[in-house]
Amino acid sequence: MSGADTFGTKFRLSTTQVVALALVALIIVATILYAARGQNFFSTNNLADLLTRSSLLGFVAIGQTMVILGRSLDLSVGYVVALSSLVAATVMNGLEGRVGLGIAAALAVAAFIGLLNGLIITILRVNPFIATVGMGLILKGFIDITYAAQEGKVPQGFSRGFGYTRIGPLPISTLTMLIIGVIAMVVLTKTRFGAHLFAVGGSDDVARLSGIRTNRTLIWAHVMCSVAAGVAGLLIAARFGLGSAQVYNTGYDLDSVAAVVLGGTLLMGGRGSVGGTVAGVMILAVLESAFNVLDVNPFLKNVIRGAIIIVAVAIYAQRQIDPLSRRSRFTPDGRRRATDFPEAVGALSPGGAK
Amino acid sequence: MSTPVITPDLVAAKPEFGRRLQRFFASGTGIVLALLIIILAIIIISNPSAGAPDTLVNSLHKATPLLLLAIGQYFVIIVGEFDLSVGAIITTQAAIAATLLNKQDEGTYGVIALMLVLGLVVGVVNGAIVALLKVPSFITTLAMMLILIGATNLWTGGGIVKGALSDEFRKFGRPKFGIENVPFLGTISWAVLIFIVIAVLAALLIRSSFGRVLVATGDNTKAAGFAGARVTSVRIIAFMVSAVLATIAGIILAGNTSSTVDLSIGSGLEFEAITAVVLGGVLLGGGKGSLFAAMLGALTLYFIGPLFRELGISPELRPSVQGIILIVAVAYAARSGSLRRRKGPGKTQP
Repeated sequence: MSGADTFGTKFRLSTTQVVALALVALIIVATILYAARGQNFFSTNNLADLLTRSSLLGFVAIGQTMVILGRSLDLSVGYVVALSSLVAATVMNGLEGRVGLGIAAALAVAAFIGLLNGLIITILRVNPFIATVGMGLILKGFIDITYAAQEGKVPQGFSRGFGYTRIGPLPISTLTMLIIGVIAMVVLTKTRFGAHLFAVGGSDDVARLSGIRTNRTLIWAHVMCSVAAGVAGLLIAARFGLGSAQVYNTGYDLDSVAAVVLGGTLLMGGRGSVGGTVAGVMILAVLESAFNVLDVNPFLKNVIRGAIIIVAVAIYAQRQIDPLSRRSRFTPDGRRRATDFPEAVGALSPGGAK
Repeated sequence: MSTPVITPDLVAAKPEFGRRLQRFFASGTGIVLALLIIILAIIIISNPSAGAPDTLVNSLHKATPLLLLAIGQYFVIIVGEFDLSVGAIITTQAAIAATLLNKQDEGTYGVIALMLVLGLVVGVVNGAIVALLKVPSFITTLAMMLILIGATNLWTGGGIVKGALSDEFRKFGRPKFGIENVPFLGTISWAVLIFIVIAVLAALLIRSSFGRVLVATGDNTKAAGFAGARVTSVRIIAFMVSAVLATIAGIILAGNTSSTVDLSIGSGLEFEAITAVVLGGVLLGGGKGSLFAAMLGALTLYFIGPLFRELGISPELRPSVQGIILIVAVAYAARSGSLRRRKGPGKTQP
């Protein structure tokens, strides 16, 4: 058995750890770039700006992680963000007393859309791509007919409180995003629902045959995804002071999928983490700051972003194909590996039997 | 000894006409055909002149870019992938044509050849990243879209491209050029002829051994690989077909639009193409669906526009109705079970 352990027990990083390391490396590079220009990456203003930017995409991407883990997809999130900002702003209508009502209305509308998405995908068995693109079209028509491009008014208190307050360099919105991220992480790793969602994403049939209510699990994931997008809509309303229909052109749907995948979650479901997604969102935000300090042409940013996404996902894909990423149970000479079943090796190997 | 007797079993093997009709309308092709006929009927009833043969040929002309995109997307979807980069390919190609031609007729065919080569290259890169590096096609083509749009904007400065298409180039996209004075049909444009040729070629390709390998790979890549199919090369070729057809669609669309090129020309067309193919009952995820139905899907999607004009419905409502039709059509097909892959051999529909 000598030498048999060389690859089985080799130290390997999880994908989430790789993403976190990439983030740290990128922050170091950005700090150096900033320093070279005589600026401070860790200045309060820069950090606050970077964190606010990432919290918007962060909300959407955390929700997107839930559905992608269940081997689904939500391409209607951009419209949910726009609609929720409009509903919140029109319900609040500038009155401090209606902030709570506005938040509740916006999130309820978002949850309802998520419920519809979930029902269409599970009960009507429509492919998630089509179901959510269709839902996005329906919402686009509804928004264009019902609302002006900008409508409603958010009271000062809510706008300041959620949109612009910060504790040191940490904006309240980012804090909310991190809290939602931690809640999502706990839900995924510690609750029965989380375990079910991973099982459904790994294999719907196997999960159902194991007694999991797969439909109910996926519907809940879609409701959570839409509500998270609804929170992003609230942040838009708070930042702009009104509801904005144009937000749906910003491309949150595809960006959020890119951030999730950049965070190491498998697009095919069943494997991934919210921590990775938050790191993926941060990577995109730090990259944006680095571009800004380097004065990179805005169009060139897209080129580089696209290339980075392909390279990152190609690296993750290679790691999954890499035979070293699986523990092989047999040694090259055909015997069982000692690390897995020590007692079996003891019984099988000649002279090893007692 | 005795002559073969037709047993009740053999009779039952060929279902009666009504039953077959029922089955056809439960299939993807049947649904989309019924939908198309209903939409056309409403248009023609509210405006009989829309049903004249030459008007229909003109409609077909306007639908050609979407039809070509749908054919290309069909090849990618049937093998189990997506191509989200086709809209960006159209934008890039149109910008290249306008910039390089700059309204000069000479060199038009050289530029077109260059564009086709570029289309092939984009297709090969997409396909190689998907098939060799195992990056999901959704991500690969999404990133390709970002790269192409970014690079085109960077190169041209954004907005409306400086330069213009030549008249020679625009011949392929405009309705008045082609075979003129055909009885009843008026002018059959070059675009329509190009579409017919490509549709026939695509139909031959999908019925060839390549097409069968393509469908088998889309149905189950692993099993097809074990059976000896070249699963890598068929996927790369599928992406090449999609990118080249997007290029041709771009030539027609840009020529028909105007002599200047706006960089928003291709935006959103990738979703239109995927919608058209899925409306035709082709299974996202691969392995099931017909090319003919995908083309019917593209026509149906196109005719929603004229339908709205005839009925006087505001264009803002169009996306909502399109979304509802999409979800209802796919849900109906899923309900009848025709979109579900058969779980095992010999298991028939109930």
